[in-house]
Amino acid sequence: MIVSRFCLATLSALLGLAAGAHAQSLTIALASEPTAMDPHYHQATPNNAMASQIFETLVAQDAKMSLIPGLAASWKTRDDTTWEFKLQQGVQFSNGQPLTPQDVIFTFCRTMNNEESIAGSYKAIVQKFADVQAPDAHTLIIKTRKPYPLLPNDLTRMGIIWNGIVEHGPITFDLEKKCGVTGDWPRVADFNNGKHAIGTGPYKLKSYVKGSGIEVERNDNYWGEKPEWRSVKFLPVPNAGPRLTGLLAGDFDVVESPAARDVQRIKDTPGFGYVVTPSVRIVYFQADVGRDNSPFVKAANGKNPLQDVRVRRAISMAIDRQTIVDRIMDGMAMPANQFLPDGMFGTLPHPPQLTYDPAQAKKLLAEAGYPDGFELTLSSTNDRYINDGQITQAVAQYLSRVGIKTKVDAMTRSVYFPKRAKREFSFSMGGWSSETGEASSFLQYWVTSFAPELGLGTSNYGRYSNPELDRIFRQAVTTVDDTQREKLLQQALTLTLADLPSIPLHFESSIWAFRKGLTYEGRADQYTLASSVKSVP
Amino acid sequence: MVLFTLRRLIQSLFVLLAVSVVVFFAVYAVGDPIELLVSPEATVEARAATIARLGLDQPIWQQYFTFLERALHGDLGTSFVHGIPAIELIVQRMPATFELVVVAITLTCVIGIPLGLVAGLYRDRPLGRGIMATSVLGFSLPNFWQGMMLILLFAVWLGWLPASGRGDTVSVLGVPLSILTADGWSHVIMPAVNLALANIALVLRLTATGVSEAQTQEYVKFARAKGVKPGRIVRRHILRNILIPVVTVVGMEFGSLIAYSTITETVFAWPGMGKLLIDSVYQLDRPVVVAYVMLVTLIFVIVNFVVDVLYAALDPRVQLVAPSH
Repeated sequence: MIVSRFCLATLSALLGLAAGAHAQSLTIALASEPTAMDPHYHQATPNNAMASQIFETLVAQDAKMSLIPGLAASWKTRDDTTWEFKLQQGVQFSNGQPLTPQDVIFTFCRTMNNEESIAGSYKAIVQKFADVQAPDAHTLIIKTRKPYPLLPNDLTRMGIIWNGIVEHGPITFDLEKKCGVTGDWPRVADFNNGKHAIGTGPYKLKSYVKGSGIEVERNDNYWGEKPEWRSVKFLPVPNAGPRLTGLLAGDFDVVESPAARDVQRIKDTPGFGYVVTPSVRIVYFQADVGRDNSPFVKAANGKNPLQDVRVRRAISMAIDRQTIVDRIMDGMAMPANQFLPDGMFGTLPHPPQLTYDPAQAKKLLAEAGYPDGFELTLSSTNDRYINDGQITQAVAQYLSRVGIKTKVDAMTRSVYFPKRAKREFSFSMGGWSSETGEASSFLQYWVTSFAPELGLGTSNYGRYSNPELDRIFRQAVTTVDDTQREKLLQQALTLTLADLPSIPLHFESSIWAFRKGLTYEGRADQYTLASSVKSVP
Repeated sequence: MVLFTLRRLIQSLFVLLAVSVVVFFAVYAVGDPIELLVSPEATVEARAATIARLGLDQPIWQQYFTFLERALHGDLGTSFVHGIPAIELIVQRMPATFELVVVAITLTCVIGIPLGLVAGLYRDRPLGRGIMATSVLGFSLPNFWQGMMLILLFAVWLGWLPASGRGDTVSVLGVPLSILTADGWSHVIMPAVNLALANIALVLRLTATGVSEAQTQEYVKFARAKGVKPGRIVRRHILRNILIPVVTVVGMEFGSLIAYSTITETVFAWPGMGKLLIDSVYQLDRPVVVAYVMLVTLIFVIVNFVVDVLYAALDPRVQLVAPSH
């Protein structure tokens, strides 16, 4: 009896051990793979998401993209152009070295000397700095050339790297003297092979083979709450079918963005769960309002009808957003009335509802002088946004119902984006994630007048230009006071929604599916983070 | 033999050159990769710097000559997207594809040829007819669908095999191989079968047709009249004679599976080269696409060479170099 009890105990202990070992590792299937392990190489969502698990930023974002302390415990403005950041106490890199203000300064300098990278916003951020000082081991003073209220938001994507990966003398923010760096600047290949992938994040890189997978291990020197999983494997599985079968077969614990049509299947299969979270990615159509002759719009009177605001409003009214969301998006989207979900910084508390009203749309068209409509080609991708091709078809049909003769030209993204940049379209689909989590991002790149040298209107392919809006916007992004700035952004947004240079459709929702016993805290920024996967007791 | 090799080498250099021109200009014609790479948040200078670094500010012919000059020094360019040498990117994925294809081709031969032999020898009996009829399924069912069905059956319902990915690897001379581990085999078998099915059907039918044709030939009849044992007739007289078309097809299939097993790699999330090509085309990553196609051309050239040498070994009448008069 005693023997058998002992056996049982051993057995259950063994089983428990085995279960424990299994419970400590996690396999996640990614829909798109990061292009490098260097946090400053390529500013793309998969890269930012992966980087934020290994490297941390001064300021972080929570699941709803509100700013929270990261490596900086707190920050405040001393005056309009001076920011004080207090670093967290007791933070160590994965190699045990303590975090110092010099690491932050080194990171700033590196982004200015990162020749291998694909141009992103990092340089644009650091260029705004006049000086960076470190008066003590936990304080960082950043002086900006102009008032720069978005500094904390912009710092949420700049992973801090360790200054010991290069040879250097005393590190100071002196860009002309390479900030004291004497050796070669770190290269992307050394991050990929793990040599330089030393961060303060909850995980450290174990191996990265492009196309086959990324393995990370728990960083035992992590200063924050230790993550639940000892080792995590991220596998790139770009096709939704294999992601789903892999989940159902038990190969994966968590999968990123299963197809919306498969969610029902996941729901009906016992042993699996999913979470749907509205994201900040908005899908819209941008109208060519800048040219009298636009290539894909033809009206009887020879004008470009898209230049008339009544026509743009009519188009907006002709679209039944709720039906598109219900039928085409399987409910996994949110109809949009503005360019960032309600409630985020700078959005309108009560945006005018973009309601479906085909009768009024027809009336507006007639008023504008197009009672018989005009010819319009809708251009879009067919492999970039969720169901993009079908959405364009649906919008085209809605427009034909109010008398606009539409054609659809959907193409692969590698053809579409270069063409759009050359302004070869008249009415083109766009998608944007406001990664700063506030309203200025969309306005800056898509709405303000085209002025690339100022970093404004760089995606304004329709060449909409409203001097009043530009003025308000520029004032907003140099107003440090949050209440004031929010008011200005709301004004700019109100002008945009009145003029509709871009016609919003919906916000995509992100979906994560997982095996039983797990939960995932869905994130508005669409990041898949291992530390957000929790097991349910 | 030396002359033959030399001639082939010169031929293949021209082929490679032609391929590089076609692919280089074709990818250029699709569009400007900068629009896919650079974020609208980048400053004008940063954007210009990236364009200059990738050489995209040069006229296309100049870009091509720069590429050619570097290629002659063994540098096929750096991936626009990943920032590392294109060849490194491809070579990293090669072992996975190679082992998948080797398993698939082995399956093709050890299943396809014997079944074809049986079908050809007994073509008027139910056994032969049955084999031939079933083989139609092998190449008429779409590859993608076959793969999904295999996964549903063996991974989701029965739970015997993993649905996707590559198993544990063992490093042999620095090359990670998964066919040396049990876990590796459990992962490789389904995609290999998926790749092999169509080829099994092809080889089977080719063998069966050859066998039934050869059976009516004079030399087979003569051997039979002479009293040669049936087994020896099949091995020495029939099989040897029909193998030439089979070797050709298997050779070509080997090449195309290595280069373009994209569908299977996608369905089974196999981390091979085929997926890399598709990704690179989507991202207009020209250096990778060009390097890939050139490498694949090289593989085809080598495979053809091996096939020709095998011909000579199989058929004494075949001479690699035409005798000079």
